[in-house]
Amino acid sequence: MSDPTATITTEPAAPVEESAGKSSTLVGDAWRELRRRPLFVVGSLLVIVLLLMAIFPQLFAGWFGNGDPRVCDLSRSTEGPAPGHPFGFDKQGCDVYANVVYGARASISVGVLVTVLTLVLALVLGSLAGFFGRVVDAVVSRFADVFFGFPFLLGALVVLTAFEARSILVVALVLAMFRWPSMTRVMRSSVIQVRDMDYVRASVGLGGSRLWLLRRHVLPNAITPIMVMVTLDIGTVIVVESTLTFLGVGLQAPAISWGLQLSNASTDFAAAPHLLIFPSLFLSLTVLSFIVLGDLIRDALDPRLR
Amino acid sequence: MGKYVVGRLLQLVLVFFGVTLLIYLAVYALPGDPIRALGGDRQLPDSVINAMRAQFNLDDPVLLQYLKYLGNLFTGDLGTDFNGRPVADLMAQRWPVTIRLALTAWVIQVVLGVGLGVLTALRKGTWLDHTVLFFTVGVISIPVFVLAYTAQIVFGVRLGIVPVSGIDEGWPVSYLLPSIILAVFGLASVARLVRASMLENLRADYVKTATAKGLSPRRVVYRHVLRNSLIPAVTFLGIDLGYLLGGTVIIEGVFNLPGVGQLLFSSIAAQQGPVVVGVATVLVVIFLLANLVVDLLYGVLDPRIRHE
Repeated sequence: MSDPTATITTEPAAPVEESAGKSSTLVGDAWRELRRRPLFVVGSLLVIVLLLMAIFPQLFAGWFGNGDPRVCDLSRSTEGPAPGHPFGFDKQGCDVYANVVYGARASISVGVLVTVLTLVLALVLGSLAGFFGRVVDAVVSRFADVFFGFPFLLGALVVLTAFEARSILVVALVLAMFRWPSMTRVMRSSVIQVRDMDYVRASVGLGGSRLWLLRRHVLPNAITPIMVMVTLDIGTVIVVESTLTFLGVGLQAPAISWGLQLSNASTDFAAAPHLLIFPSLFLSLTVLSFIVLGDLIRDALDPRLR
Repeated sequence: MGKYVVGRLLQLVLVFFGVTLLIYLAVYALPGDPIRALGGDRQLPDSVINAMRAQFNLDDPVLLQYLKYLGNLFTGDLGTDFNGRPVADLMAQRWPVTIRLALTAWVIQVVLGVGLGVLTALRKGTWLDHTVLFFTVGVISIPVFVLAYTAQIVFGVRLGIVPVSGIDEGWPVSYLLPSIILAVFGLASVARLVRASMLENLRADYVKTATAKGLSPRRVVYRHVLRNSLIPAVTFLGIDLGYLLGGTVIIEGVFNLPGVGQLLFSSIAAQQGPVVVGVATVLVVIFLLANLVVDLLYGVLDPRIRHE
């Protein structure tokens, strides 16, 4: 237990965590460094606002007096920004601003859901494969190889066409199906690295059971690389969801999502550019926030870059 | 090394079976009856339907169908679509378009990606570095179809400097804009990869040694640092060729290029199961082979990773 890194908690990427005093754990150091970066503060604030928007869209949608995304006036189809409608109207004459606000939920849900599923699979399978090796490793790795054998978009495209009704959950499950191998591989190799460390051996010598060893010593020390992947992944998944929706195999109307708004707008781009610009502004801002956060956290956690 | 190659090939065979089975299951779980859909409003006589179901083995259990398909595949037969046209022929017409598109995009990635990566690493912290970094992050956050439509309107319709769609003007004019859009994502990754590994290598001890023995800075950078920094980029570029082929589905759709990606997409919409399975299988096999080549190249490029 004298190893300083052994005190890493299981949530190194969570910025809300208080670092215990002046302790020089990897995560504590990283957190202290991150707090000083303006980009990190801005990115975190943006993510918090966007998450709030996804959970309570009604808080934001009514700001300009027209908060219901389903109240539409066909006579104002594709009109540009007007008083009370800062982002204009879509083809059905619905308020674009309200739709963009309500669209946050679907897109961010898919991103978070896929990432959580992937994370759980990677944690369980990756650590089992890395820690126990042999048959477990062979089975997990070969399964991972099969799903890794698809270019991400192509695999999701082929499998999603098999579903007639595609809810957020279905889309998330299919995306996670092709997303887990890369994270599992990283987790596996990270566990293998930690498994043979002296402090783990010492714990074996003290009579720790295998599962306890895995949970108490190996997992907390091997988890950092995939926590960084998680933050980066949420952004990527949001982009992929919108692309699949554009190809006609993602979410379907009457769902409200940025992907649907963008794919509807893309064909009318020449006539009504505002329909594409506003949803894509929000989508890119969201993705950008997650990617920037992931990047900063990775840099902060990498001792070589200090 | 020999043992590693054999093991890697065995692994590839296993993955091949898994991947093709998955594609087959997904495509045959498609809703609707493809044979009845062929008839449209005027229903086909039952005798014709039954004959066609027998011809495409549609009444066998799915697993048996899959095995029969695999059997044909190994004799080089990709089967025919439900209209009787051989899938291999359908693809053969379209490969040149897709290959031209993917390779042009790939070359753009190699040249610009490595170039920008080296440039930003050598000028770390300057406005150039920040601009490129901003661009590489920003571009990842925009869905590719949004980028494609925007570029099409701006450069094709408004400015009129490139054809809006189609391949009437041949290579390279018609392929230029689609290739750039297709390349942009990988380009960003390559530039960042090269930059990061250049920065890491520039601080390595062998660089000090090389400088200390009096080599010119240019020679140190290009002969020593660059060579060592390219390994991660080579891995990425190899695998990326597979992703580029997947990306053609979107780009060929937006720019109306009659390639394999467009064939895949229209076949899914038209419930042409045999075509979807055929195209997806071939694309995945190319991707797998690209991965294999990269893995084997790795040992050649980096003597530290020799597979004993």
